[in-house]
Amino acid sequence: MDATITTEASPTEAPAPAELVNNQKMTARKVDVFYGDKQALFDVDLDIHEHQVISLIGPSGCGKSTFLRCLNRMNDTIDGCRVTGAIELDDQDIYEKSIDVVEIRARVGMVFQKPNPFPKSIYENVAYGPRIHGMTRSKAELEEVVVTSLQRAGLFEEVKDRLESPGTGLSGGQQQRLCIARAIAVSPEVILMDEPCSALDPIATAKIEELMDELRTNYTIVIVTHSMQQAARVSQRTAFFHLGYLVEEGETDQIFTNPQDDRTHDYITGRFG
Amino acid sequence: MFLALLIALIAVFVVAYLLGASRARALSGGDPARLHSLPSYHGSYVAIAAALPAFLLLIVWSIAAPIIADRMVLGQFTDAIAGMTQPEAEAFLRDARAIAFGGIVGFTDATKEAAAEFYSGIRTTTNTILILIMAALALGGGYLATRSQTAEKRTRQVVERVMMIVLIACSVVAILTTIGIVLSLIFESIRFFQKVPFTEFLFGLQWSPQTALRADQVGSAGAFGAVPLFVGTLLITTIAIAVAAPIGLLSAIYLSDYAGKRFRAAAKPVLEVLAGIPTVVYGFFAALTVAPFFRRSGEAVGLTVSSESALAAGIVMGIMIIPFVSSLSDDVINAVPQTLRDGSAGLGATKSETIRKVILPAALPGIVSALILAISRAIGETMIVVMAAGLAANLTINPLEAVTTVTVQIVTLLIGDQEFDSAKTLAAFALGLVLFGVTLVLNFIALRVVQRYREQYD
Ligand SMILES: Nc1ncnc2c1ncn2[C@@H]1O[C@H](COP(=O)(O)OP(=O)(O)O)[C@@H](O)[C@H]1O
Ligand SMILES: [Mg+2]
Repeated sequence: MDATITTEASPTEAPAPAELVNNQKMTARKVDVFYGDKQALFDVDLDIHEHQVISLIGPSGCGKSTFLRCLNRMNDTIDGCRVTGAIELDDQDIYEKSIDVVEIRARVGMVFQKPNPFPKSIYENVAYGPRIHGMTRSKAELEEVVVTSLQRAGLFEEVKDRLESPGTGLSGGQQQRLCIARAIAVSPEVILMDEPCSALDPIATAKIEELMDELRTNYTIVIVTHSMQQAARVSQRTAFFHLGYLVEEGETDQIFTNPQDDRTHDYITGRFG
Repeated sequence: MFLALLIALIAVFVVAYLLGASRARALSGGDPARLHSLPSYHGSYVAIAAALPAFLLLIVWSIAAPIIADRMVLGQFTDAIAGMTQPEAEAFLRDARAIAFGGIVGFTDATKEAAAEFYSGIRTTTNTILILIMAALALGGGYLATRSQTAEKRTRQVVERVMMIVLIACSVVAILTTIGIVLSLIFESIRFFQKVPFTEFLFGLQWSPQTALRADQVGSAGAFGAVPLFVGTLLITTIAIAVAAPIGLLSAIYLSDYAGKRFRAAAKPVLEVLAGIPTVVYGFFAALTVAPFFRRSGEAVGLTVSSESALAAGIVMGIMIIPFVSSLSDDVINAVPQTLRDGSAGLGATKSETIRKVILPAALPGIVSALILAISRAIGETMIVVMAAGLAANLTINPLEAVTTVTVQIVTLLIGDQEFDSAKTLAAFALGLVLFGVTLVLNFIALRVVQRYREQYD
């Protein structure tokens, strides 16, 4: 079955093979993930292209979050979770022994489903990453990083007068943008977002979606979403997962207008999910 | 007598319950849906109606009857008692009761025998009356209740209401007892402060509560300056916290964030077993093992350590409160949401960075209140210090010397035969009041901190 997937997906990638090889930021090859004895992901192959937004969609429990957590080794923090296969970031295997997970997580940032600002001031939330990585040499430099991060996350104008007030006092949407600013502050190359809007109202969601399009110029973004409209709005490419398998991956337009696999078709037309 | 009546009432309760329930089933005519309330509520309703009034009567009677009997005897024997002082009259009644109902009799004479006779006469009559009234109440209540049973009867509401009143009554008893204890503390303390000035007690540097029996005895005056006790308590508590805070906190961090599930499941109960060890065991551990050890080690390096030292008591007390600190801290550290740990790890923070910079600051209020509760426990702890710290009210902050604490002094003041109006005995109440006040304030602060902290995440 996996073989058919690859062959089915390849025609859509075929038009520009040269370009694809060049701008792969991350690649996953033959990735299996186990929670104890239970296998959650089966033989996943996926390329993540630089300066693009890729959506991971699929019914809940299909392994989207599990795959996302492989990309910055957050699965390491889960007891009994085991990852096999190869995941490369700029042609370097991130699961290799000599690799420092701290460095990987600095290069591949993460934004979570529920906004999780630290119970510290807004400023301290954003300064947290640069501080632990010793990225800045002076107070002024740190302040600059904080301000630019907040600006890039589209939050600066709203909070510039109260940088010292607690981050937990912001609204849900603001908190999520604060978490994005916090991730940006360590200058990651890739940003992973696990259903970042599922706890937000439509207006806050629209702001974040807008933001993702801007962020794409500087970062590569992988987003898990359960909303197909959101996938269609924000992403250039879309990958459909089902029961732990990557069923189909391709240009977002193609996935939504002309899916190659029946399961993808059934899912996007709302027959299950 | 009381017990027999109580058992009889329980029997009445059970019988009435069965009766009420079966009548309800009969009323339903085989269709339970026709009843407003379930048969069990009908049963309870009848049972309550039959047993509760009689039970209340029994309680009131048991409290009031002896008092009334005493009054009647006093009324009967006015001539004999006229010449007696208050304590003599009380002794007279006590002896008469003892003759009548058994007990240790001081000495007897004809009047006492007569009074005893009178006592048993009263007892027999009142008991007969009591049994008759109770039977009437039980039968009457049960009869009225069964009469009023209909399919529509809202017995559920009645039963629920009675349940609520019973619960309220119980909590009122608990609260009143507490208030009573506090009030007695306060009143006895006021009596103490009439004998010893308040300022001398709070600021005096000399504590020697032995008041002499004869005026010419040495040290007859007695000194009630409690500062040495406060300092001793503070010293031992400080040592205890210095031991318990780091060990308890670090083991809590290990348990909550580093230990595997298996180890955690095994280690947490073991730590909590420490809390279950009777403090007297800690006490002789301190007195027989730790204190001599310190003394010998002290001698080895040329220090004089007294055989009962603040250090030994403080360290053992610290060991005793480790489980409080670690268990409470473990709870608050676990209450910090996993999402915060993930957020920090997602930024590339190591585990120890996450703990130092995110978890501990977030859990700090809870940890502080855990420490405060542990302190208040240490301040109130008695056995260990009685056995290991000594009785000498030295005003010192040298942990190698013997000191004494507030609790130890309360114990020594009240050991042995006491006259309950000497300054020496009353001083115990004043000390108790101070202890109560301090721990109350500490617990209050700790609870407030915990509350504010809970709100943060809910
Ligand atoms: N920490 C975990 N321990 C054990 N099983 C897990 C864990 N996390 C996820 N799983 C299992 O792995 C599968 C995929 O889960 P997940 O990646 O969270 O799905 P999704 O994000 O697509 O809803 C599910 O069957 C889930 O039960
Ligand atoms: Mg998920």
